[in-house]
This record gives sequence, C-alpha cells and structure tokens, in this order.
Amino acid sequence: MSAHETSAHEISAHEAALAAPIAGAAPPAPEAPRPGLARFLGSDLWASFRRSKLAMGALAVTLLLFGLAFAAPWIAPQNPYDPAQLELINSNLPPLWAADGQAPFLLGTDDQGRDVLSAVLYGLRLSLIIGLLGVAVSGSLGIALGLVAGYFGGIADALVMRIADVQLTFPAILIALVVDGVAKAAFGGALDTNATILLIVVSIGLSFWVQYARTVRSSVMVERGKDYVQAARLIGLSAPVIMVRHVLPNVTGPVFVIATINLALAIITEATLSFLGTGLPETMPSLGTLIRTGNRFLFSGEWWIVAFPGLALAGLVLAINLLGDWLRDALNPKLQ
Amino acid sequence: MLAFLLRRAVQSVLVLAVVGLIAFSMFRFAGDPVNQIVGPDTPVSERAEIRRSLGLDDPTLVQFGRYAGNVLRGNFGISYQFRQPVAALLAERMPATLELALCATVFALTVGILMGVYCALRRDTALAKLFQAVSLIGVSLPTFLIGILLIFLFSVTLGWLPSYGRGDTVRLGWWSTGFLTLSGLKALILPSVTLGLFQMTLIMRLVRAEMLEVLRTDYIRFARARGLTTHAVHFGHALKNTLVPVITIAGLQLGSVIAFSIITETVFQWPGMGLLFVQAVQNVDIPIMAAYLLLVAAIFVTINLAVDLLYSVVDPRLRLATGRAA
Amino acid sequence: MSAPILTVRDLRVAFETRAGSLPAIDGVSFEIGRGEILGVVGESGAGKSVTGSAVIGLLDPPGRIVGGEIHLGTERIDTLPPERMRRVRGRRIGMIFQDPLTSLDPLYRVGEQIVETIRTHTDLSARAARNRAVDLLAEVGIPAPERRIDGYPHEFSGGMRQRVVIALALAAEPELIIADEPTTALDVSVQAQVITLLKRLCRDHGTAVMLVTHDMGVIAEAADRVAVMYSGRIAEIGPIESVVRNPRHPYAIGLMGAIPTLTQGAGRLAQIPGSMPRLTAIPPGCAFHPRCPKVFGRCRVERPEPIPVGTEPGGIGTDPARIGTSAVACHLYDADAAGGAAPHAEPLQVR
Repeated sequence: MSAHETSAHEISAHEAALAAPIAGAAPPAPEAPRPGLARFLGSDLWASFRRSKLAMGALAVTLLLFGLAFAAPWIAPQNPYDPAQLELINSNLPPLWAADGQAPFLLGTDDQGRDVLSAVLYGLRLSLIIGLLGVAVSGSLGIALGLVAGYFGGIADALVMRIADVQLTFPAILIALVVDGVAKAAFGGALDTNATILLIVVSIGLSFWVQYARTVRSSVMVERGKDYVQAARLIGLSAPVIMVRHVLPNVTGPVFVIATINLALAIITEATLSFLGTGLPETMPSLGTLIRTGNRFLFSGEWWIVAFPGLALAGLVLAINLLGDWLRDALNPKLQ
Repeated sequence: MLAFLLRRAVQSVLVLAVVGLIAFSMFRFAGDPVNQIVGPDTPVSERAEIRRSLGLDDPTLVQFGRYAGNVLRGNFGISYQFRQPVAALLAERMPATLELALCATVFALTVGILMGVYCALRRDTALAKLFQAVSLIGVSLPTFLIGILLIFLFSVTLGWLPSYGRGDTVRLGWWSTGFLTLSGLKALILPSVTLGLFQMTLIMRLVRAEMLEVLRTDYIRFARARGLTTHAVHFGHALKNTLVPVITIAGLQLGSVIAFSIITETVFQWPGMGLLFVQAVQNVDIPIMAAYLLLVAAIFVTINLAVDLLYSVVDPRLRLATGRAA
Repeated sequence: MSAPILTVRDLRVAFETRAGSLPAIDGVSFEIGRGEILGVVGESGAGKSVTGSAVIGLLDPPGRIVGGEIHLGTERIDTLPPERMRRVRGRRIGMIFQDPLTSLDPLYRVGEQIVETIRTHTDLSARAARNRAVDLLAEVGIPAPERRIDGYPHEFSGGMRQRVVIALALAAEPELIIADEPTTALDVSVQAQVITLLKRLCRDHGTAVMLVTHDMGVIAEAADRVAVMYSGRIAEIGPIESVVRNPRHPYAIGLMGAIPTLTQGAGRLAQIPGSMPRLTAIPPGCAFHPRCPKVFGRCRVERPEPIPVGTEPGGIGTDPARIGTSAVACHLYDADAAGGAAPHAEPLQVR
C-alpha cells in the first residue's frame, strides 16, 4: 500500500461513511406510505432536531435572515440602488441610539447618505440569491458528473476524477477569481450588473462541484452493484433513467448536507470576491461590497458602516454552518 | 519506496502540465493579445506584423510548446499593467508572501495541535468547550471579516499593532525580510493570525477527533494496562499516533495557505504575490494571473511530495510496505 | 491453601447511562491462589471482561465500581488513588488483550515497548532493560530475539504478536495476569501453542492467571479452577474436573454440553435455547430462569446466592468463593430451604 492509496482510501472511506446511512436506508420502504409531514415528524431527524437547542437556534436565525432578505423591498426604509433617494446631507450618520443618530436611519448612514439598514437588507438578499444560485449550479454540475463517473466508470470516471484532483490543488476562491478574471478579459469589462451576478454564480458553480461529484460517485459505485439496480437494468431501463430514478434518491442525504455547508461557502465566496473588488459594484452592493466600502471608514470612526454588514454576514454564515454541522451529525449514525 | 516516489513525481508533473494548459488557454480566452499591446488606431498591417512576431499564427500546439518552454526557463511574459517581466514582479513579492505563509503555518500548527490535544484529553472542561465554540466560529467566518475585526481591535481601538504593510524590511541579497526588525515582526502578527486562523481551527478539530479515536484503541488500553505513566500514554503513544494522519491533511491544507493569502494580503495591504494577483484580476493582467496559477500549483505539488516523504518516514508500516513494493 | 493473591468480594459494576444505572456485574466473589489459573467462562456480555477490567482498574466510562472490594494480596486496590493504581498495573497485575494485532503500538519497535514497560517499573538501565527484553522474547519463543527486538509489530504474525504481548505482560514479573480472550483472535493452529506457553510461563514464574474466555476448550486445557458467569453473576465455581465433568448449575450443564467430544459421536451438540438477557431487561429471581429446563416457582422470584457444594479438598466452607471450594448459585441445590428439599439434590445428568 502506498501513501497515495492510503490517503485516497481515507477520503473515499469518509465519503462512503457520509453516504452510507442514507444508502443503507435507501431501498424504497415496503411499508404503507405515510403523508410527508407525518413521516418527517416521526423520523429520527426530527427527534434529533428537537434535542439540539443549537440546531433550533441556528434554524431560527437562518429563517429570520432569509425572511428579512426576501422581504427587503417591502420592509427596507429606502431603496439603496436608487441614487435619487440618497441625500448627501444625511451622510455618515451614526446609529439611532448614538448621540447624533437621526430617524429614520436605525443603523446610521454611509458616506453617500445611504441608509445602512436598507443596504444590509438588500445586500443580504443579493448575497443569498447568489449563494443559492451558486449552490444550484455547483450541485447540478457535481451530481451530474458524479453520476456519470460512478455509473460508467472507465475513461469517464478517470477524466472527471483527474480534473477534480487538479482542481483540488487550488482553493475555491482562487478558481472563482480566475474564472472571474478570464471572463472579464473575454468580455472586455463591459458587463452590466445582471451579467456580473451571472458570472459570479458561474464562478462559484465551477469552484464547488468537486465535493458533490466525489460523494455521488462513491455512493453510485456502491449502489451500482446492488440487486435492485441490476434488476432495473434487466427489465430494460436505460442508464439515465436508472441513475436519476433509482440511484440518485440514495444520495440525497449526503448531497443535502454538502449543499447546506456549501451555501455558507458560496455566500463567503461571493462576499470575498466583492470584498476583493472583483464582485458586485458599489452601485449594487452585496454584503461583501458593503464591507469593502465600510472598511475605508474604520479608522475615521464610522464603525457602523462596516460593522452591520459584517454582523449580518457573520450571523448568516454561522447559522447555516451550525445547521449543516448538525445535519451531518444527525444523518451519520456512526457519530451517535 | 523509490518506485512510489517516482510515480508520485510523474503524477505531479501531469498536474503541472494540466495547469500549464489552463494557464496557456487563459491567454486565448482573454481575447486577442495584440489588442493588449497596440492602440486602437494601429493599422492592420502592423497588427499582422506583431501577430507574426509573437508567433500567434503558429498552430496551437506549437504555441503551447513555446509557452511551456518559456515557463520552464522562468519566462512568464510581460505584465500588461506594469510593463515588466512577470518573473521579476513575482520574485520581488515572493519573500513577503512566503514569510507570511510561514508564520501563519507555524501559528496554525502549534496552536492548532495544542488546542486539539487539550480538547481531546480534557474534553468535558469549560475551556475545551470554549475552544470548540471558537473553532466553529473560526471555520465559519470569512477570512477578510476576521482580518477587519482584528484590525479594529488591535490597531484602531488599542493601537498596539500596525494595520497594513510589512513594516521595515532588511534586504538579504534579493530576499527582503521582515524578521529582523521590530516593526517588521509586529507587522507580521495580525496578518499571520488572520491567515492561519482557518487552518488552525481545522487542525484543532482534526487533532481532537483523531486523538479521541486513538485513545479508544487497544494499544492505548494496553499501554495503560502496562502501567505506563499517563504522560507516556498520552504523549508518547496517543499523540504520536494522532499526528500520523494529521500530517497528511494538515500538509495539504498548508499548501493552500499560500493561495489563501490573497485575501489576507488584500485586507492588510501586504505587498506579496496575492495582492499582485488580485490587482491582476481587477486589471485583467493575464500574464500575472497565469504565472501565479502555475506558481501556486508548483508549490502545492512540492508540498504534496514532501508530505508523502514525511509520511513514510513517520509511519514504519508504510516504510516497509512501500519498500517491498519498490 | 496459601493466602490468595486476588480476592474479589461482592463486586458490583454499573454502567451509568441515560436509561439509568445498568448492573453489569452484580455481586461477584472469587479468589485466585498464587500461581493458580482461574478460568472465567460465559457468553459474551456475561461480565467476564468487565470483571477483568475492574480488577486492573481500567473500566471504560461510563462503567464504574459501585460496590464490593478487590484485594491484591493483602492490599485493597479498588480504592487506590489513580497514580498508586497505575503503579500496580504492569508491575503487580499484567494484562493480555484479545487482539494481538491491535494491542501493540504500531509506531514503536517491539523492543522499545518492552524496554519502556520494564523501565517504568524498575530501575534497570537502558542496556540492562534491553537485555532483559531479549531474554523475555526468547522465553516466549520468538526466534532470533536479538534481531527481532528491533522489528515493528506489523512485521510479526498474529501468533508471534501475542507472544510479544505475553512478554510485555510478564515484563515486570507481575503476580497476576489477566488474560482477556487471549486466543480468540488467533488461528486455531496457534491457539494451543499460545495457551501452552502461557501455562508454562505462569508455572515457571509462579504467576497466577485470570483466564477470561468463552472457549471451554481453552479452559479445560489450562485452568485449575473455573468460574461460570451468567448475566453479571457467577453461576458456578469450582475445580476444573468438577465443573467440566460434573457440572451442577443448569447453565453450566448446558455450556458443557456445548463442548464437542470425540466420544459423543455424530449427535448434535447440545444447545441452550434462547439468549442471555440484555442488561436493561434482567429478569427477576434467577436471571437464567427463562432459559432453564429445570425452572420452578422459586426461581422466578428469588435470586439464588452461591451455595457451597461437593466434597473437593478443602471441603464445604463457610465462604463459597474460597479456593478449593465449589459453589453453585441455584435453588436446586438449596437443601436447607424452607419448603423441603429441592427437586434434584444430586448433580443433574443431561447426557
């Protein structure tokens, strides 16, 4: 046995462990189907959730921030994207509770006179949308490649996994930066905001597919040899049908865990890109852009311009991560 | 052993070749390089002349071969922004990044292992639980946010440490070091902690989990049954066995420290390769981007090989097994 | 009879769980004489290994001793502070685990591990300890010990590793060795060798052994006396000939019936129907009563205490756990019980 085989084995064993509980519980239960909600409420997952105060708190914070983000256009006092609403006379106001605070600027204003609360709400919304889209892209890409690699094996498998190996050489943020930079070069910097958002989503998608692909691949390789897949093949179902209808349901658990944790990573990646100045512009700020701008005022004492976007980002990411952590432990009977 | 190392070396070369191909194709994606050189009013004939002189009319494979040859000779092209050789730009900034990465690595390893061991041996104490909570925050929070927080605390509020730059540096040949001046050392603290924090929490969690696992093994029970002192059991046997798998994963993680320094260098305006790369991305400076990508890949591959070597030194089972295979 | 090296009195061990305190060992008493080999048999989960771990002070949490006493020679050891108990382990009580493949630290040469053990418990110099380690390896039958001492555990076969483990257990000349399933993980061909070796070494060194196993063959081969455990209690204890040839407790009878013999012919091996109760559901009265072919009313309500039986040397004493005494915890043998004689006063014959 070589060191390489050892490490590769460890990784795949880990992934198999991640996949195992779901895979084990996978073949369609013969018992009478119960309504979805009742089944969920009777499940171990729900019981484990009720036991974990941390998971409940994390879910509450996540839901709250999701709600605030999607309600932003209706609850924000101001539309921060509309320059007409900004008054320079209101610039650099501290939060309401400070001595110089002014209504209606609950969390103060920035140097443009932009309401920080509104900017944070809209920024949260943008960060979440990009994060969710990024997860959708990386998830679909990774699952598709993982299914193909695991089911067909051979050259397809070798190709996908070698690309994954090479990509793992680099941290995701570097990939995202490169994709971003190359695309900008290709389109000559003449991108509007929607195209920028799309570009960031694609960068994130291309940065995070590897983990899905590896997990799906290892569970598919386990499932492939099982009787029910053989049976499906015997009755003449085509490979795509077998994969999507029979093999894919077995990996939903681990994929869901990865997706949860990846949502946090995708949000961080977007924020980092924006912070580094290659993400969203200041005219349409995400949380990362807000932190980038606010960072300039750290030394002049206007701490609120950076603090509140920072808090929102930290809270969101921490809550999602806690949820992901709990989910991973709850779905992995080995840890209980 | 030799055969194994050779195989790994071949794999490494393959990885580098693929990254080289990607770096090369970045130039093609990025539109007509002639446009980067000439103005918009340059006549077509002159463009064709430049095109020919740059070898852009040759088959793609020939161009790649030429690019690879240049790279191997240390010629990464000319930066679009700075109009200087990329190799010189990178070399000038390499010491800053490497010193930062080294400090971050040392910080991550020492603190991470210490905290991990503590959490494994005293898992029910309040301090261990605090470490666990801190580690979760460390893994979750974006690096740049941690950097800003540290600046706010130690530079803005307390005024103890500088918030940007390397401080005074001393030149030793072509290398400029911040290790030899007080301001240089002070300037290293915050960026190193920021850069190392993520790896530190990762190593801490890894060490904790791995050590708890090792403490449950038969040979630890047997070591206790032999009446060895707690110290010998914990540090002679449990810790040593813990560190074997930790080496691999920690080693691989540390390879990415250099790439992660992009963010830290931006937060602290640290004049290293990462900052150069971010500026290159902002200004679509493809030669620098490509060169940086290759450099990171090369460093990563080298670290991987070093980890493999180290692994076989530490674990006698592996030493023998690979020795037999050879 | 000389003074026992190990005296266990009414030992009780419980596992504290969320579901409450589960009694793993519930009132176990026995003695082991100097140089004597006591076999402890029973199904898995009967509490054999837990008893061994309790004696050497290595119960894994959440298990802990909740009652009784353990004496090594004249010293009570179950209440020793951890550091004092640590000095007892290895020095006065050695231990051998089930799986030799995982008992040795893979990162250290076997010599390093033996020297480490010797030097922890003695003042020997490094050189002297190494010489002693070579002697030990030679004694446990490792060929070319002066060369093999520098080998790593993975370079030894399973049987050879168990020899190394035995050498380690003997390194500081302990008075007692607890051997927890020492042959279970080994090839059948090696099992007998290891048992023979263990038996010879202990005779040569005068070391007593608590031989925990579920293998009656191993017990019959090596033990002087045997204790049959069931559900955390001793069902029957006595000299090997008496318990193997002439078992009294219905469970022991069933267990002996499960040993294949040459004289038995082609008949099926006897089986005890059912399985041992889980710790969470130990039945009232005698824990064996749901499976017992001789069950009667009293078994279901009253837990039997060990009753001295038989006419072995030493005779019927007042203390049923004493060396040389046979005792059986079964109402069948309670002649003095109110309500007259039990249905079977004589040893049961099932074959």
